[in-house]
Order: sequence, then C-alpha cells, then structure tokens
Amino acid sequence: MKIIVPIKQVPETSNVSMDPETGTMIRDGVESIINPLDLYAIEEAVNLKEEHGGEILVISMGPAKAEMAIREAISMGCDDGILLSNKEFAGSDTLATSYALSQAIKKFNPYDLIICGERATDGDTGQVGPGIAAWLDIPFTTYVSNIKEVNENSMIVQRMVETGYEILEIETPCLLTVIKEINYPRLPSMRGKLLAKKKEIKTWGPDDIGAKKDYLGLEGSPTRVVKISKPKVSRGGEILMPKNESELDKAVDGLIEYLQKKEII
Amino acid sequence: MSYKDVWVLSEQEDGKIKLVSYELLTRGRFLADKRNVKLVAIILGKSIDKEGLQELIYRGANKVIVIEDTSLEYFLPEPYANTVASLIQKYNPEIIIASATTTGRTVMPAVAIKCITGLTADCTDLDIEEETGNLIQTRPAIGGNILATIMTPKYRPQMATVRPHSNKPLVPDNSRTGDIIYEKVDKSILKSRIKKLDFKINQEEDANIQDADVVISGGKGLKKEENFQMIRNIAALLDGAVGASREAVDLKWATYPHQVGLSGKTVSPKFYMAVGISGSVQHLAGIKTAENIVAINSDPEAQIFQVADYGIVADLFEVLPVLTKKLEALKQ
Repeated sequence: MKIIVPIKQVPETSNVSMDPETGTMIRDGVESIINPLDLYAIEEAVNLKEEHGGEILVISMGPAKAEMAIREAISMGCDDGILLSNKEFAGSDTLATSYALSQAIKKFNPYDLIICGERATDGDTGQVGPGIAAWLDIPFTTYVSNIKEVNENSMIVQRMVETGYEILEIETPCLLTVIKEINYPRLPSMRGKLLAKKKEIKTWGPDDIGAKKDYLGLEGSPTRVVKISKPKVSRGGEILMPKNESELDKAVDGLIEYLQKKEII
Repeated sequence: MSYKDVWVLSEQEDGKIKLVSYELLTRGRFLADKRNVKLVAIILGKSIDKEGLQELIYRGANKVIVIEDTSLEYFLPEPYANTVASLIQKYNPEIIIASATTTGRTVMPAVAIKCITGLTADCTDLDIEEETGNLIQTRPAIGGNILATIMTPKYRPQMATVRPHSNKPLVPDNSRTGDIIYEKVDKSILKSRIKKLDFKINQEEDANIQDADVVISGGKGLKKEENFQMIRNIAALLDGAVGASREAVDLKWATYPHQVGLSGKTVSPKFYMAVGISGSVQHLAGIKTAENIVAINSDPEAQIFQVADYGIVADLFEVLPVLTKKLEALKQ
C-alpha cells in the first residue's frame, strides 16, 4: 500500500497564554508539536504498512521548522517526507492549503490511501482533509473510528456520527480522516529516531508542485481574519464553599433552585 | 454575476427534519432580514415528510428547495456535495450556512472547493456588515483561547458551518407562507464511490452529548470506575447525556463518544455540569458555548470555576449523594 499522511505542526496549546492587551497568542517559549490528532493518522498508516506492506509518505506545509514534525512522523515509522515551504504559501486558508497539498500529492500518483487527522488543534476547522479529497476528486469520509477491512479496490471503515456508527465501503484510492478512538499512537523507537535524523527531507515550493500562483497563500485564500478577540474568560458565577453539612445542603439547594430558574427541571 | 438570498442546508434522518435544522433557520432568518433578501432552505433526501417541509416555512424559510432521490436517502459525501454545489451554481446564493454536525462539517468543505470559495468552520456568531453585505463570522480557535472574526470579502457565496445548539429554533408561525419546490438534478452527479453497508446505533442512550440539552460530565476526581455510575445516575435523573473528561476516557471509565473537549467533542447544551473535572484548557474549549455551566470540585483553584455560573467547592463524594437524593425527591 502506498499511503500519504498530511500533517500539521501546531503550537502546544495546552499551556498557551494570551496577551490580555492584544488578545493574541504569546508565542515566545511555546513549543511546536505535531498536531496531536495527526498522531492517530500516522499510527493508523504505520499499522496498515505493518500488516499489508508498502510505504508511507508524510507531507506538511508550513515554515522551515515544520521539518521537525515530519522527522517525528518518520521516527514513528513513516518512510519519507516532503515539506511545502515557501513565502508564496504563507497566509493560506483551508482552500489554499488543501489546494497546495493536493497538488503535491498528485506528484505521488498512484497512491492507495490518504489518512488525515480529524482536524488541527489550532485552527480547529477539519476542512483540509475533505478539501484535499475534493481537489483530487477521490472518495472520502470523515470521523473514521476503525478500518475493518482492506480489499483489492476498496476498504470497509466505521465512521462515528452523533447517534452511532456507520459502516461504509469506500473505493480506493480514497481519503479518510480518523478520530482518536481508532488506535493508540506509539512513541518513536530509538531506531526510528536515528533513521529520522539522517533522512533528507525535501522542501518544495510552488513550481515543484505545478501550482497556479493565484490559488496559493493569502491571494488564493477567500477568507480573511479581520479581528482577534479574547473570549470572556470568567462568567463571574456564584461559587460556594460550604464548610459543614448544613452549608453543603444549602449549596445543593441553591443548585436545585438554579436548575429550576433555568427551567432545566 | 449577482448573488442573492441566504440559504440554509437542512438535514433529515429517515425523512424527518432534524432539530438542528430548525435552529439553523433562526440564524438564516436573522441574516436574510439584515440583507433584506429571501431565506431558502435546501433539503436532500429520498422521501421527506411533507409536514416537516411545511415546518421549515413556519420556522423562518421563505422557500424550500427539495431534492429527492434514492441516492440521497442518507448522507454520503459525493452525491450530497455535488447536489449542493450544482444548486449553488444554478441559483447563486450570497450566503449558505450549514450546521456544524458530522454531516455539515463533511459536506461543506467539499462544496467550498467545488465552488472555489471560503468556508468558516463551527461559527458561534454570525452577523452582516451593513455597508458591504459581508458575512461577519465569529468562531473560537486555538483551543478556545481566542475568538477569530472572519470575512470572505471577495468571494461568493460566503459559506459557514454553525455550532449546533448555539441558538434556539423559532416558534412555528402557521401564518407564514412560502413555496416548496421539488427540483431534479442530473443523475450523473448522484454517483457515490461509497456505500453504506450498515448503521449501528450507539447502545448507550446517554452517549449523544452533542444533541442533548443536559450533559453531566465526570472526571478524574471520581477516583474509580464504579464511581462514574454516580454521574450516569444524575444524568438519568435530569434526562441528560453523560460526558467525560479525556482522563476519564483514557482510564476507560467511559467510551470515546462521551469525551468532551479538544480531542473529543464540542458541546453546547443548555446545561453542563462538570464533576471532578479540573477544567484543562482542552476541556474548557469543548464547553465554552454551553448556556449554563455548573462545577463541583474540591479544589477552589480549579480552572473549571472560571467558566462556571454556579459552583460548589466541596468533596464530590459528599455533594453527589445529597444532590441525587434531592433530585429523586423532586421526581416523585
């Protein structure tokens, strides 16, 4: 199987701090990591390779340092990596990003499968995966929680929706976005880390992928971020600290009154 | 080319219109009124309940466009995206919004590519910039740490998905009138390279945390798996769904469909209660648009109290039995 895994490098958002004046993120000292939800895509690709043989190509678009994310993916078991990095790509929204990635993926035709994380934890859109599939005109599905069968020209997958799970048969080549439930991502092995360190990661620009320039970067991006603001942090709620049993009883009565006032009961 | 009207993409299941679609009409009505244009509901299916279609009018639409075909019975990305894109190309709406459900968040990115336009995901607020008619799209990003306001100034249609349950449906007004039009699309665009073989309903009735009005969530503070049953009991008493923090899911006290937060689901219920959850940035990102939040935690410094409308700083093992008893008494 030839599998392609598009990944994104994101800021470690769990301890992100915001500038209260400007409402922007303080990037100093913020570590860059592989989008945590991409780890499930990488792991699934490696599992499939271990079971069916084949090779895995990791592809990412971002600044030069995004090479680190590609090396980390290689240390987990991916074979090769390509970084799309050029000032012409800067400022891309999901339309331009999915276009650039799809152009690069075309260079690796024929492939069997593209696996993406459900969404990136910074932008949180989940639009790039389906976008790539639409540009490539290949079948796709989202929220995949299990790959049940891999056949000659199709796969059977399980997709999580609000009320349960769909079982789908999808023709290959196809694109899947996967969710956390699908596996437990492994840690990089020592051998993997050594391989990743030595690997040459190619950096490609617009000409390498035959991209139309007006489809790239800020120019090729229909959406504009016009304002960043800080969400209301505190709701200023009533916080009770009962000191004894009767105060606790009152606090619970207060909760029941609250539920009644809000017409929840 | 001139672009006109606001469209909402409605959803159905077994021919019945989903509640989220009525909520979406409220958003659409607001935008259409601001633009002084028609609100059109688009609905795809096989055989859609006639009363439901009429209710789309009663709840805000001026017009309903229905496309019925056996290949549209349930959601499949290709026929759905192709059909919506072909309607857009035929009628040129200025705005099209969909619910940020698993369906909306799957079909809309493909439609946006087919129409080469912008799409903003999971908006919590939509408005119109009066001078330009631009759609002002506001959404949380970077784990809910910021609110980004996004516009699509030079491309049409402007597309957005809207967080489910972030607003209420309008009360049906039976005096409202509008046309219900059945359209046909070219058969060739209804082909699907995906087949649905089966559907397994989640047997855990309390797992649908995204559609529930009430979500009661438990975290690490519950200490062990058996104690998680206390959360389920309270959820049952309030007819709610059961949520869980990432830690609780990782410890297998609850299955993944219950997970709330950045690597789980975003929920916007009317009432959210966090029990024994400290409130990591990732967890808070998943609950910030809940209407009412109550927290129970023994640590007064827990982040969860920052977003709570009502909080009790106490040992949950002392609070929950009292709460359960009082709720049971009220039920009788």
